[in-house]
Amino acid sequence: MTFQFTPENMKEAKAIIAKYPKGRQLSALIPLLDLAQRQNGNWLSEEAMNYAADMLQVPRIRAYEAATFYTMFNLKPVGKHLLQVCTSIPCGMCGAAQVLKTCKDRLGINAGETTKDGLFSIVEVECLGACIHAPVVAINDDYNEKLSSKKMTAIIDKLEKEC
Amino acid sequence: MTKLVIDNQEIEVEEGTSILQACEQLGIKIPRFCYHDKLSVAGNCRMCLVEVENMAKPVASCVQPCSEGMVVHTNTSNVKNARDSVMELLLINHPLDCPVCDQGGECDLQDYAYEYRNKGSRYNFAKRQMPNKDLGPLIKTDMNRCIACTRCIRFMDEICGVPSLGGLYRGEKLDIGTYVSKVLTSELSGNLIDVCPVGALTNKPAAGTYRPWELRKTISVDVFDAVGSNICIDTRDNEIIRVTPIRNDGVNEEWISDKARFAIDGLKKNRIDAPYVDKVQADWSEAFNQISEKLGKTSPERIAVIAGNMVDCESMFAMKMLMSAMKCCNLDCCQDGSVYDISARNNYIFNAGIAGIDEADAIILIGTNPRKEAPVLNARIRKRLLKGDCSIALIGEEADLGYPYTHLGNTPQAITSLMGVEGDFAYILSRVDKPMFILGAGVMARDDGAAVHQNAKILAHRYGAVRTDWNGFNVLQNVSSRVGGLDIGFVPPEGTGYGVHGVYEGKADVLWLVGADELDFDRIRKANPNVFIIYQGHIGSAGAENADVVMPAAAYTEKDAIYVNTEGRPQTAFQAVFPPGMAKPDWSIIREFSELYGCKLPFDSLAELRALMFSQVPVFIIEEHTHQEIMTSYSSYLNDSTMSNAPFKPAIDNFYMTDTISRNSDTMKKCTEQILGLSSKTYSEGA
Repeated sequence: MTFQFTPENMKEAKAIIAKYPKGRQLSALIPLLDLAQRQNGNWLSEEAMNYAADMLQVPRIRAYEAATFYTMFNLKPVGKHLLQVCTSIPCGMCGAAQVLKTCKDRLGINAGETTKDGLFSIVEVECLGACIHAPVVAINDDYNEKLSSKKMTAIIDKLEKEC
Repeated sequence: MTKLVIDNQEIEVEEGTSILQACEQLGIKIPRFCYHDKLSVAGNCRMCLVEVENMAKPVASCVQPCSEGMVVHTNTSNVKNARDSVMELLLINHPLDCPVCDQGGECDLQDYAYEYRNKGSRYNFAKRQMPNKDLGPLIKTDMNRCIACTRCIRFMDEICGVPSLGGLYRGEKLDIGTYVSKVLTSELSGNLIDVCPVGALTNKPAAGTYRPWELRKTISVDVFDAVGSNICIDTRDNEIIRVTPIRNDGVNEEWISDKARFAIDGLKKNRIDAPYVDKVQADWSEAFNQISEKLGKTSPERIAVIAGNMVDCESMFAMKMLMSAMKCCNLDCCQDGSVYDISARNNYIFNAGIAGIDEADAIILIGTNPRKEAPVLNARIRKRLLKGDCSIALIGEEADLGYPYTHLGNTPQAITSLMGVEGDFAYILSRVDKPMFILGAGVMARDDGAAVHQNAKILAHRYGAVRTDWNGFNVLQNVSSRVGGLDIGFVPPEGTGYGVHGVYEGKADVLWLVGADELDFDRIRKANPNVFIIYQGHIGSAGAENADVVMPAAAYTEKDAIYVNTEGRPQTAFQAVFPPGMAKPDWSIIREFSELYGCKLPFDSLAELRALMFSQVPVFIIEEHTHQEIMTSYSSYLNDSTMSNAPFKPAIDNFYMTDTISRNSDTMKKCTEQILGLSSKTYSEGA
């Protein structure tokens, strides 16, 4: 399986690289990995990481290092909707455990797993930076705030229906 | 200059010196794991904490630069407490397997654990478990022992130029590895064993065979390439256990090549331990009688002697004396057929010196792949490049050298075109102060070798590389006996003698090989089917198989000997173990034979031989050596300086198997197969 940027993403990648001076291409690595992850169905394959590193002419190991360091990069395929449940202290105090349990029960999977139909994945994440509206669950790029068990079930139902 | 006070002692240091370096200048020992003075500074182990007045917290002395008026304390209870805590943290996940760890006894972590936090652990939970890696046939990993100092990552990045190691994942799960499983492909990867402060990366071939305190250390010189890296041979009883580098900033800094470190198992089998006459085991007198009978019946001009690639200076000198006593002048120390003008030493040595690379501001490699021919020297070129303001160009076959370079072409024509003023690199060369030209020894083995040599010299003059304060014209030799042999004059005198080429033409009836195996024996036999071959050497390979008389000689680990490296630096190697069976050092075989043959050589011991040699070849006097040879004479010894159009070919095909010892080594076989993906059988046959 080979990975390659689509023409639009290629244009974007070039714009990202142009932001940094010559000899500092490594700085563009994380935005490129992000771009690659978005194009690749929300996860980074080895090919995608190699592609980004080769494009910047940096050693491939630098891409592996960055991708494994940040938990926002998924190294395995994930479901279409990635439920990122914040379990840090403020969310935890406002009932994140209950929200997480609801997700698990409703979908029948544990944190770090994907449903059989490939629609949902659950991960536990650290603070999402929206403590004022705790508890928070980020689904892909969208934040769902002030959640309860009921609201969470409704959101999952809605997403399931849309598919 | 910056003035500061460390432990009540005043010191003045250069700007940019770190506190740790200043402490070292005062002789104050600061514990460290991640700091290594040949690598970039990471500052992540925190073991080197010191207290600085008016700073709120202890500071890491390896990253903190000295500043004016700073007052530093390195031995207060605060410092001790801080380091105790760091030590406790580092030991949380470190297994208590010192009794079975190869690093035990020479481990930084073990040593510092005695000094700091020596009261046991407060950690009662399960320790982190890390899977071990397969990094190839040379490095054994035990990742549980890793303390994440990242020295190995920086070493592979900065020194080797093969960035294949990285720090994966984060926090407690930090894992040093390659992510995609692969072997390390650097020729210097063995140095990771020394770089690693703990037992995470250890010597795989020697795993579990020794404890450091049992080993007897002998100073020696690496003979697998012409760099002459300083090595320490560790032995137990009469067995070589391992080879480690000795620091010499003028030669090898702290590194040695993988061949120097791991090919030693090639010395443990297939050894010639007794003389053989017509493939039948004999004793010394039989062998000597056979030889003297044959030599007596042969006229001197039908006798030829060829010295191999690892022969020491004393042996070649003794051989030359024997042959001149016999009125024979057909000597050659260049098995590959290269011909040098030995009237001036600067024609064949690395004139600028290996340390001179640090000063060069443009480097042009001609017909050489230093990564294979001299990996340690190649690391020095890379180091120079990383320092900045240096351009590197290659004329020769394109290859991954571990650093970027401008490729100027693959034929001698590129030298001619560089003579002109046109072209980017010619422009760079005309502007730099200290250009450096490195001509590979492989070039000299070409038919037009002398012409290329001549033109490269003209090129060096053209860009002002040869002047009274700088000689940037260098020949990079790739075998350890070459410079010594040329210094002694172990070459046929022009017009009156012949060397390897004459042997291939069938001019010799008796061929005496001193450790020479890299010859085309089929061609020799074809040219003269009646040739009588005498071989003295240490491993049964092509030379011994084709010989009529075989004499057992000592290998480089088994004798005291002088070797001259590519920059013309004579260095002494000492005997680490005894030679097997009846084997003797080459010079003593020659001396004994001379007495029997009735032309007794005028020395009875190695000391006497050396005194004689020093009087005739004064450049070998070790105390008087200076590596800077300034080219004064500019002899144009060639009438025909036309270069052919043939592309340059690499002098070394497979780095891991270049000589009898490394071809005989199981470790090197594994490297050939697993790292290069080649079949080792192709190489083990010999040239």
